[in-house]
Amino acid sequence: MNTEALKDLLYKIADDQLILGHRNSEWTGFGPLLEEDIAFSSMAQDKVGQSWQFYKILNELGESDPDTVAFMRNADQFHNCKFVELPNGEYDFSLIRHFLFDTAEGIRFNMLSTSSYEPVAQLAKKIKGEIKYHTMHANIWIKQLGSATEESIGRLQQALDYAMPYALGIFETSKFEADLKQEGIFDGEEALKAQWLTQIGEIIAETDLRMPEIQSLQPQLGGRYGEHTEHLQPLVEEMSEVFRVDPTADW
Amino acid sequence: MKENLSIDRIKDWLEEVKDPEIPVLSLNDLGVITGIDIQDSGKVIVNMTPTFAGCPAMDVMKSDVEEVLKKRDIEDFEVHLSFETQWNSNMISEKGRLALKEFGLAPPPKHNLIVDIDLIEHAKCPNCSSENTDMKSPFGPALCRSLHYCNNCQQAFEQFKPL
Repeated sequence: MNTEALKDLLYKIADDQLILGHRNSEWTGFGPLLEEDIAFSSMAQDKVGQSWQFYKILNELGESDPDTVAFMRNADQFHNCKFVELPNGEYDFSLIRHFLFDTAEGIRFNMLSTSSYEPVAQLAKKIKGEIKYHTMHANIWIKQLGSATEESIGRLQQALDYAMPYALGIFETSKFEADLKQEGIFDGEEALKAQWLTQIGEIIAETDLRMPEIQSLQPQLGGRYGEHTEHLQPLVEEMSEVFRVDPTADW
Repeated sequence: MKENLSIDRIKDWLEEVKDPEIPVLSLNDLGVITGIDIQDSGKVIVNMTPTFAGCPAMDVMKSDVEEVLKKRDIEDFEVHLSFETQWNSNMISEKGRLALKEFGLAPPPKHNLIVDIDLIEHAKCPNCSSENTDMKSPFGPALCRSLHYCNNCQQAFEQFKPL
C-alpha cells in the first residue's frame, strides 16, 4: 500500500474537519436563533470529533499524536482547502458554506465507505450517517431561505457567487490521485466533484437561486499543499492558544 | 482463570454501567458493547463501538467499564474502542427503548439503515404517544438528540436520533 498517498488523503480530510469545526464553533453564543446556535455547535463537535478519529489513524501510520498534529503546526503545514478557513462572515455565507462543503463531505464519506483501506472504510461508514444530519439541516435552510423574501434570496445568491470558486478548491487534485484510485483507496476528486455538482444543482433548482457558471470560475487552489489565505494563521493561533501554554498538561 | 467467570456474568456486570448523558440506559441496552471474550489465560477483552465519532461520553463509558472489571477483581483485561462494528440506533434493545421513553426521550424509530428526513420529522411524543409532532431542529443538547414539539400535548420533547 502507498502510505504516502494514504496520509495525503487523510490529512486533507482531517484538517478540513478540524478547521471548519473550529469555524462552526465560533457561532456558539452568536447564532441568530437558539436552535441555530445549537446546530452549529453540534456540527462543530461532530467535525472536531471526526478529525480526531482521522488523526488517530494517521498516528497509527506513524504521524505524531492527534493533539500535537492538531495544535502544534503552523498554517503552512495544514492541508485543508481555503474554503473552510474563510471567516464566518454573515449567517448567509456560513449557511452556503455549510451546504456546499457538507454535501461534498457526505459524498466523500459515502465513496470512502467502500475503500480498500479497512480502517478508513469503517470510519467512513460511521461518519456518513452523522453527516446526513448536517446536509439535512443545510438543505432545509437553503430551500427555505432560497425561496423566501427578496432579501433572503439576494443574500444567499451573493454568498453563493462569492463561495463557489473557494468551494471548487475542495476538489483540488492530489499528487497521488492515480495511486489512490489504482489501490482502491479513493475514487478521486474528479468523481467526487461530478456527483457534488449534480446534488447541489438539484437543491438549488428547488429555490429561486441561480447556479453560478462553473466553467467560467477560477477555483481557489493551493490549500491542499499549504498555501492559505491570511485567515488561517490567526485561526490556528487562537485554536491552539491554551494547548501551547503547556503541551504536556493532562486534561 | 477466575472461578465462575463467564461472558454472561461479565455482561451482567456491565448492566451497572450507564450512558453518562442518559443515566437510565445501560451500555448493554445502548448496544455499544460489541464483544466480550475470555481468553485461555483468563484475560478479559471487552470491545466497544462509539455511538458518534465525536461523542465526548465514550471515554467516560470506557473507563467506567474498566472500573467495573477492577471492582470485580479482574486484573488482566483490555477494553477496546473501535469502529470495526459500526453502531446504529437499531442496536438499542427493547428494554433500552422503554427506558428512554420513561426517561422522556422518544426512542429512535427502527429503520432499514436508510435514514431520511421523513423518518426524523415524524417522532412519536414520549409523553402522550401522539404522532402529531414537528421537528424543530435535527440538533439538540447532545449529539445523539434532536428537538421536537408535540402539537397534541403542546410540549417540547427530544428524540434519540435514528442513525
